[in-house]
Amino acid sequence: MTTVVSPVATVRVATGILAGTRTLLYKEVLRFWKVSFQTVAAPVLTAVLYLLIFGHVLEGRVTVFGSVGYTSFLIPGLVMMSVLQNAFANSSSSLIQSKITGNLVFLLVSPLSHWAWFLAYVGASIVRGVAVGAGVLIVTIWFAPLHVANPLWILFFTVAGAALMGALGLIAGLWAEKFDQIAAFQNFIIMPMTFLSGVFYSVASLPPVWHTVSHLNPFFYMIDGFRRGFFGTSDVSPWTSLAVVGASLVVVCAVCLHLLKIGYKIRH
Amino acid sequence: MPAISFVNVAKTYASPRGEVRALDDVSFDIEEGEFFGLLGPNGAGKTTLISILAGLARATAGRVSVLGHDVAADYAAARRLIGVVPQELVFDPFFTVREALRIQGGYFGVHHNDAWIDELLANLGLADKGDSNMRQLSGGMKRRVLVAQALVHRPPVIVLDEPTAGVDVELRQTLWQFIARLNKEGHTVLLTTHYLEEAEALCGRIAMLKQGRVVALDRTSALLAGTASTMLRFKLDKPLPAALQKNARVTGRIVQITAHDAREVESILAVLHAANCDPEDLEIGRADLEDVFIEIMRGETPPRVAA
Repeated sequence: MTTVVSPVATVRVATGILAGTRTLLYKEVLRFWKVSFQTVAAPVLTAVLYLLIFGHVLEGRVTVFGSVGYTSFLIPGLVMMSVLQNAFANSSSSLIQSKITGNLVFLLVSPLSHWAWFLAYVGASIVRGVAVGAGVLIVTIWFAPLHVANPLWILFFTVAGAALMGALGLIAGLWAEKFDQIAAFQNFIIMPMTFLSGVFYSVASLPPVWHTVSHLNPFFYMIDGFRRGFFGTSDVSPWTSLAVVGASLVVVCAVCLHLLKIGYKIRH
Repeated sequence: MPAISFVNVAKTYASPRGEVRALDDVSFDIEEGEFFGLLGPNGAGKTTLISILAGLARATAGRVSVLGHDVAADYAAARRLIGVVPQELVFDPFFTVREALRIQGGYFGVHHNDAWIDELLANLGLADKGDSNMRQLSGGMKRRVLVAQALVHRPPVIVLDEPTAGVDVELRQTLWQFIARLNKEGHTVLLTTHYLEEAEALCGRIAMLKQGRVVALDRTSALLAGTASTMLRFKLDKPLPAALQKNARVTGRIVQITAHDAREVESILAVLHAANCDPEDLEIGRADLEDVFIEIMRGETPPRVAA
């Protein structure tokens, strides 16, 4: 705390590299919460539709990891997919909206450090990802038996995955100049990578070439590690997934922090 | 210590037509407690200079500081000391007025600030708008909220970038009364405006920018005293004789011509008479800041920079 003497009054203000982080986090959470019908309820409904359609078609025809029924297998995949897509959507859409409408100026004139921006935007992405993921889980858990083998894997991959996507969304939001570009990023990169990561199938069932290609997709490790927490079994070791997701997270966060520090496309 | 200090500030942009020099070696200080005007035509570099001061843009060369804190190296301290009212009418559509103000204060590390927020709302005629969503407000109301947002952390230095552009008379009055009061209480105010009568009425000292350079910097009274002090105004239905066009400012039927003394007034009238022109509503008055501004922007007077 520092005391700044203003001609009008003496004001006590919080200073330091993280000052203001809490407020920006609160604002970012409040922003999506005020439109939660669109930001939370809609993605939960989408996930439930996937479950109803694919579960109906494939339940009884496919078993995974030896004895896991298809609907049980699908539920954690849909939960994690919703976490990842919504974490990305939160930071990217908030930033691009502020850039295009011009209200980013309120943040730009503030003393918030690049660490404060980073922690608040990524933190809000985690909150939205977890809120949607929990919503999907609560609604879908009634459709098939599901038990928890190791909650720590679930917790780690949820938070690390959401943080990774929140930081990626922040990078996309800084880079993009139009809504189109965010939509392109979402539809041509994020969607294919999540759909091809084993949300709907076990990559072990794929032909060898596609099996290898899947292992190059970092999203595969997020989904696979997350499932490990439920079934106690997975396509690859959870430690491999932890290493890949952890390393990706460090790289994406480092790039994101650097771009925020130099004011990439926001300070001219 | 100056409230704001610009030292050899330059800004160049790369553009498709080559390098554009938006600011060229701008240096001046604004002392604590001053009400300072920054004037210049569109594209002169006023907003660029303010953007660098506020941290929205970075100088290519030079140094800018607020009460001794460099805006780049010590940005957090510098930004805590200034409140900026941006030129664009921007708002966050998700929040109410009070939420927007609490959030803006929080960015500056100022919490539990509702007493001051209430005072700001009352002084800016927003007392009954605290719970209104930003989207529901008229343009003028949104402009008032922008001012409140700039002041919510009680900055000692206030920067207003054309705050009255497109604003009704009532708001201009409310705003200037409030800003003048803050200035009297010790706040330093830096104002850019297109309304020269505002600058003349409010600013103790003025800098004029032209093509990125400071072309005038002096006390407002000295700028007014130093120019051609007499102005001949009249209405004319015919075209103005060619001999008079060079020094005249014509707005529809209204013609204004600078005259340095009585003999010059006589000769202007003689030219009009010889051309069979019959000026109506003839009056002779003192030059105002607009005349000084136009004269300097035309480059008729040498740069007028007080030491």
